[in-house]
Amino acid sequence: MKVILGIVFLAVLLTCSVAFAQTDAMTPADSTAADTLSPPAPPTDVKAVDTPNDHGHSITVTWKLSTDDGGGAKSVSHYEIFRSASPTGPFDSVGTAVAGQTIFVNGGDKEKQSEDYFPDDSNFYYRVDAVTMNDSVRSSSEIAGPAHAYGQWYNTGRTPVLVAVLLFMILTIYFVSRARKGQELYVRPLGGIEAVDDAIGRATEMGRPILYVLGLGTAADVATIAAFTVLGRVAKRVAEYQTDIIVPTYDPIVMTVAQEVVQSAYLDAGRPDTYKEDSVFFVTQSQFAYVAAVNGIMLRELPATNVYMGKFYAESLLLAETGAVAGSIQISGTDEIAQIPFFIVACDYTLIGEELYAASAYLGREPVLLGSLKAQDWGKALVIILAIAGIVAANFGWTWFTHLFKVAN
Amino acid sequence: MAMKRQIPFALVFIFGIFMLFQYFVPHESSEWVYEFLLDWIYIIGILALALGIWSLFRVSVDKIKTKKPNWVYSYVTLMGLFIMTVFGFTAKTGDSWGLYPVFVITFMLALFMLIQVLAKPASRNLYGLFGGAFLLAAVLIAILDRTWGFYFMEAKGLQNSMFRIFFDDVMMPILSTMFALLAFFIASAAYRAFRARNLLASLLLIAALIVMLRFNPYLPYAAYVAKVSNWLMNVPNLAGQRAIVIGIGLGIVATALKVILGIERGYMGKG
Repeated sequence: MKVILGIVFLAVLLTCSVAFAQTDAMTPADSTAADTLSPPAPPTDVKAVDTPNDHGHSITVTWKLSTDDGGGAKSVSHYEIFRSASPTGPFDSVGTAVAGQTIFVNGGDKEKQSEDYFPDDSNFYYRVDAVTMNDSVRSSSEIAGPAHAYGQWYNTGRTPVLVAVLLFMILTIYFVSRARKGQELYVRPLGGIEAVDDAIGRATEMGRPILYVLGLGTAADVATIAAFTVLGRVAKRVAEYQTDIIVPTYDPIVMTVAQEVVQSAYLDAGRPDTYKEDSVFFVTQSQFAYVAAVNGIMLRELPATNVYMGKFYAESLLLAETGAVAGSIQISGTDEIAQIPFFIVACDYTLIGEELYAASAYLGREPVLLGSLKAQDWGKALVIILAIAGIVAANFGWTWFTHLFKVAN
Repeated sequence: MAMKRQIPFALVFIFGIFMLFQYFVPHESSEWVYEFLLDWIYIIGILALALGIWSLFRVSVDKIKTKKPNWVYSYVTLMGLFIMTVFGFTAKTGDSWGLYPVFVITFMLALFMLIQVLAKPASRNLYGLFGGAFLLAAVLIAILDRTWGFYFMEAKGLQNSMFRIFFDDVMMPILSTMFALLAFFIASAAYRAFRARNLLASLLLIAALIVMLRFNPYLPYAAYVAKVSNWLMNVPNLAGQRAIVIGIGLGIVATALKVILGIERGYMGKG
């Protein structure tokens, strides 16, 4: 029995050794095969053109695949692109493209001092090499060129955006002119806006101030601009009722604008003498330090009403929950999607998304602002119609329809 | 008076229209103007920061003067503000700090005296005298001591050990603590909000439970809970978010157009 096992073991050992030897023997043969690869077919129809819809300093090279790329000898592993300032060379390598790729963008920096500087209006010639696993085995295409880079004055890839903006402008102007002619425009009631006056009245009765938080946005954010408009209305009411308002700001530019807004509101209300310059002040530009400061104000001053309007991030719930603990009525409005649920949960009234932008129209009831609100509604209706049309087009495979709305960067 | 209002509106219109059209004009010259304007935003921001610091200083001094609740912390605010500025602009030139600690102490004392001058007008002469003395001492140390120096054009001060200690070991943990409070506030808000008051609230409660249990592998039928929760997040939740985003997008365009065309004037202080 032992002898038989021993013979079987030796046979297995011998078989494995032979197989290993054959593998070793094969390896040199493979190397030899690689050394003797013939050059692949070159790429054809090489074209070099200025990259469209950019600021210049870039040329796009395109070509047709080598017949040995994915077919024929299948020996092409990548393409190498060369560039020269003259058709006779010398050519320098500017990049590579993997097998199967037919486009390469040769771009560079616009600054002359940069190492990567790519000049505009200079002629360049390109050549594309099909390269195998062995770098030295390759074939070159014909020379393409001359091509020079230049900047465009209009980005055709953004035409759908231009059409949408013009359409929206026309709608806005149309409804604003209708409103100016005295036509009544209905807008649905918003709880948050209607509660502002009541909240200010409550603060006056309780003898406690109103806290108005403009959020963490800059003066360039549209949400902050909308918040300024609401602040103006609130400050005017506050001036009329002779209540105090506290406006701690995160951004110093927002502080200067808010000071002007509040001061003008007091002037409009006919009470410029009761305006306190320190009611609008800068706190800090650190997110959580700002939250700590505002929470401190809430717990010390115990405002009757907290109004949060503008851009908020992670601090939204910290503010709203502290306000709830302090017993304040809270009205909030933000366009930050992630923070809206927190405000809905913790505040008494919340303006969701675009309702913040509509707040100025609601508070002032000016025909011009209501007209623009109507244009927004019609814009939304158009988006809904186009979305439904897009679903139908996608189901029927009408890709031309979705391509109409494609926006290139 | 009319010019005071019309010039800003004209500027808003010109620059607003330019920025609108710049989006469609990729040419280098348009890009150059755009980057030039963006640089000006930083410059205006820095100038506005000076105004902001002045506002903070004035409000804090007023709190000390009128002894509002927790007025003592206003000292901490002002000391912290100015001392971090000093730390950020100073650095060692050699191996030792020399009289730097003495400089810091005399500077802080001078600052304290300045605050007292503003907050306690009755004793301003005494505080002014001491403040002047401390400030003179600080200036003399800054001029005569060569072991450290001020660096306004380089960022050497940011590697100052005192700056790093206060920033990395004091401020960052405090900020992280504030962020960590969010977890507790989420729990308290959820406790208050997720009540089965009516049909919609009940649906919200059930959906919230399913989503919260999504990552718990020990539940029975955990795979089905995960599938339902993923469907809730990817279908109705995402649909609602997209609807809000579309509305916000239109609202932004409408508000921006109103501001550019001068229809919306609330930001100017005239509603």
